[in-house]
Amino acid sequence: MAKILVGMSTCGLSAGARDTYEELKKLLSDDSSHELTLTGCIGMCYREPLVEIRDNGTRTIYGDVDAGRAREIVDKHLANGTVIEDYAVYTEDASGRKGGAEEPFLTQQNRIVLRNCGVINPESIDEYTERGGYEATRRALTVMTPEQVVGEIKESGLRGRGGAGFPTGIKWSFAAGNDADQKYVVCNADEGDPGAFMDRSVLEGDPHAVLEGMIICGKAIGATFGYIYCRAEYPLAIARLEIAIEAARKKGYLGDDILGSGFDFDIKIKQGAGAFVCGEETALFASIEGERGMPRIRPPFPAEQGVWGKPTNNNNVETYANIPWIIVNGASAFRKYGTEKSPGTKVFALVGKIEKGGLAEVPMGTSIEELVFGIGGGIKDGGEFKPVQMGGPSGGCIPEHLKNTPVDFEHIPQTGAIMGSGGMVVLDATTCMVDIARFFLDFTQEESCGKCTCCRIGTKRMLETLERITTGEGNTEDIAHLQHLAQQIKQASLCGLGQTAPNPVLTTIDYYEDEYIAHISDKHCPAANCSALVSFNIDRDKCTGCTLCVRDCPVDAISGGKKQFHVIDQGKCVKCGKCITSCNFDAVYKA
Amino acid sequence: MKTKEADFAYRLWRYDGAPGELIPLLQSAQDHFGYIPRRAIRYISGVTNTPESTVYGVITFYSQFRLQPMGKHQIRLCCGTACHVAGAPTLLDTLRDELGVEENGTTEDGLFTLFTVACLGCCSLAPAMMINDETYGKLAPGQVRRTIRKIRRQENKKAAMEEVGV
Repeated sequence: MAKILVGMSTCGLSAGARDTYEELKKLLSDDSSHELTLTGCIGMCYREPLVEIRDNGTRTIYGDVDAGRAREIVDKHLANGTVIEDYAVYTEDASGRKGGAEEPFLTQQNRIVLRNCGVINPESIDEYTERGGYEATRRALTVMTPEQVVGEIKESGLRGRGGAGFPTGIKWSFAAGNDADQKYVVCNADEGDPGAFMDRSVLEGDPHAVLEGMIICGKAIGATFGYIYCRAEYPLAIARLEIAIEAARKKGYLGDDILGSGFDFDIKIKQGAGAFVCGEETALFASIEGERGMPRIRPPFPAEQGVWGKPTNNNNVETYANIPWIIVNGASAFRKYGTEKSPGTKVFALVGKIEKGGLAEVPMGTSIEELVFGIGGGIKDGGEFKPVQMGGPSGGCIPEHLKNTPVDFEHIPQTGAIMGSGGMVVLDATTCMVDIARFFLDFTQEESCGKCTCCRIGTKRMLETLERITTGEGNTEDIAHLQHLAQQIKQASLCGLGQTAPNPVLTTIDYYEDEYIAHISDKHCPAANCSALVSFNIDRDKCTGCTLCVRDCPVDAISGGKKQFHVIDQGKCVKCGKCITSCNFDAVYKA
Repeated sequence: MKTKEADFAYRLWRYDGAPGELIPLLQSAQDHFGYIPRRAIRYISGVTNTPESTVYGVITFYSQFRLQPMGKHQIRLCCGTACHVAGAPTLLDTLRDELGVEENGTTEDGLFTLFTVACLGCCSLAPAMMINDETYGKLAPGQVRRTIRKIRRQENKKAAMEEVGV
């Protein structure tokens, strides 16, 4: 009997996994010898939708499976057992020999956090327990003392995966050390960095691992209630968490007297309402309490006064997902991965101008080059590597000459970027670095909660300056002005949003000052991106002479009749970009 | 299927003074009405004993809450980093031009509301947008226009059919 798994996370579903699943269901409806099920994301987003066939100890993963290919898989693979080599991305035979086109993508990884993602059905607690799930909870609750749990996590050297990298065990010991009638465990699932989606993937692919991490934390610090603060933009993650919590309650892993240990713990999901600043822990607590999500002054720290003024431990999704593995396998096993000061693994989202975009989990200390070129397959369409952007709007750009930098909590901050939650956006020569800085400032300026003047107004002024530069109105003092403002915002902001908002600007000035100067002095955008500083042209090979742009141009700058090549009169062109948006054949380009 | 817990009136009635329920109540109101109308603010304020101004303050803080009705089709254009470098700004220009509205605006016929979102999380499909629950990936301007026009044609056809009573 074969088992058929369809990858049904958000990334799979947006690539069309629902249609694939429905087609398979229809084809297999009168065939009870096969089991059709769903699973989470295995990380190969670039080949979604993915379908895996497990049969007699063999595994075959097919990529880009639309309804047509689904039929082919049923006809050939399920009926005759022939593997369709053309789109088998990963294979494993009964003896464990691996193959397939994308085999290196998976075998170069070490999967601790993603151990179950793409392997089990996230909606089935039994599949989770079959893979050793809830063993950690049993140990922590019935065998270990709270001190031993905290000790094990301290020993493992696990550091918070949300960005700042604070040692998790030490954090737990603070909350454990404060006496109170009620304490809380909070899971930050408000993953707001554009370009980072590992937390969503874990929640959608392995929700029980996160619940377990929280239960164990509850036991360690003496809390009996937990909140998961999940952003509302992740409806599937919330739905799967709800299913998981319900199942855990039924099996007695949540609720009163868990596993007969006398320990009570329950979890509630709080949906965010769309505010980036709520990723900051004190703002997140304010939001849980039903207020505007504005950060609070620290101290008092959350370990003393967090949610509802009670001692609280807050970690992010990926941190909690590491906990059960550490409890079961031990701190020393965890320390085998990664570096001395940053043990363990980290999940990265490889996106942007990269050949194989997706999720990859590697030991800490792996170099950027290994990630981008080894696992990620290099730059898309053979383009030229420029920088990688790490840490989202709080991070920075790491240029090509630093591509050997090991990715861990020690080395990344030295480049001016931050680890962040692990989003890695790869950029190529067509990306304008001034525009990237403007893009992030636009984001942080919009998301600033407004509490601190320097953040509220400072980011606005920085954005205005960057907008002037990208529209060709910059002047020579602008760079110094940006740096001055950046220092003030960093020093005088209360929370992480303001303290890190200038990072994208500072790192791009550090490494790509020549691009700023080109915009300011030469009124030229080297990447041919900023509309005001480029010329619009029509590619003769692509133009079909449809006259659409001719008719749409508001200043009659485009000439050429039906079936003739169109030409833009540069003297008349006002660079509004209308022709780019009206062309059906991608024939208009900026140069 | 709507559960009892998701029903706005039920939630208002059930409210027992537990702290921290303001945002869930607002979310439930928005689910129910499609936006948060003036009267919902009044109900929530009365039931939770929170000043209307405070409720309004919470609504305007979070980008999820709307004070105006939305169009039948909600377009969410992803403006995350990956989509930005893959050409999302051009797509935004295209949508603005095709729909004749700015961001957060609703077309006169009430068919479309245009939103931009920070990240849809399907970066490998960049540039991407969602129309209601459907995701469209690897977009180019022409494709965006064709998609919008197709929905518009279908809606017009539906309206015409209804008019003649089919």
